[in-house]
Amino acid sequence: MSAHSTDIGVSSKRGIWGGGNEPLKASYGKLMMWFFLLSDIFTFAAFLITYLSIRVSYPVYAGPAGDFVGSNEYWPVPELVFDAIPFVHGVHAPLVFVGIMTFILISSSVTMVLAVEAGHRNDRNDVVKWLLWTILGGATFLGCQAWEWNHFIHGTDGGSTLTYINSLNNLVSEVVHGANLNVNEYGPASFAQLFFFITGFHGFHVTIGVFLLFLCFYQAAVGIYDGRGHYEMVEKIGLYWHFVDLVWVFVFTLFYLI
Amino acid sequence: MDIQQNKSTLEVHPRNEEKIKKIWKTAGILLAITLAEFVMAFTLERGLILYFLFIALTIWKARYIMLEFMHLGDEVKPLFYAIIVPLIFLIWLLIALAKEGSDIFLMRW
Repeated sequence: MSAHSTDIGVSSKRGIWGGGNEPLKASYGKLMMWFFLLSDIFTFAAFLITYLSIRVSYPVYAGPAGDFVGSNEYWPVPELVFDAIPFVHGVHAPLVFVGIMTFILISSSVTMVLAVEAGHRNDRNDVVKWLLWTILGGATFLGCQAWEWNHFIHGTDGGSTLTYINSLNNLVSEVVHGANLNVNEYGPASFAQLFFFITGFHGFHVTIGVFLLFLCFYQAAVGIYDGRGHYEMVEKIGLYWHFVDLVWVFVFTLFYLI
Repeated sequence: MDIQQNKSTLEVHPRNEEKIKKIWKTAGILLAITLAEFVMAFTLERGLILYFLFIALTIWKARYIMLEFMHLGDEVKPLFYAIIVPLIFLIWLLIALAKEGSDIFLMRW
């Protein structure tokens, strides 16, 4: 939608090379958002494909699920690592929490697209309402991710006995609880490193998204977009927000399902 | 800013119920695919076939998000291809790094 900027169109006097044409039928801001997102797709794709590459370079735990113990000799089974939910201690609820997180993020994407639709109609009340829901969804997702990280870092009650080279360069064999960048109780060191790096980078994008949404919400609420005559900013920030959802869909598959 | 100024000066169009219905339908499809993936993670045997299924379903979801939610399908063809065609490079990256990873696996174990 770029109704405000297509008034120029193709000027018959100036012809096709005279300037003022819009071959892509989209405003400058929207095009730049698309190209930024394209570059961001490459960044995330590189991370995720690297994850896949490192993952296939390790053997996978193949024994029965009930006997699973973490080891840096093989890659862990995700549903046995991510099996905790808040407020209930020691309950085995595989992938339930991350399922809820995915649901929240997809829902916030839906409310975002509804805000964009309201923006097309210049309906300020609807824009503000749906943006507020989207902010709520984004902030809830971030809270969930903070809990997820916290649990991942602190680990389980039992921990795992691992033989590894510690930060003082000594080969040690001891019980390890939780995860850090050097060692983790779930699997090879690169398992936690990649988890922190990729979900962290995604969470960083979500954080920026929530800030942008809040800005957009404020500007819509005080009538700045009405003054401008169009709600294109909602659309541009919407593109970014959907991208964050798009990345999460891939993170979910690679980290939690495969 | 006083309240008079804050009044909308733009013409507000009525809701396009058909469009809104389509958005909710897309959302339903996305959630259904996610749910199916969830069920598959617990019922099917782990292995390459399942992983390919997961990735295929994920790309299917990505298609819905890009075409419906990001409205890429409604853009003009040159813009559509400007975004989609560069992604071809990722196919090679995937092949190259998957081969790399499995070779490291063979050397290590």
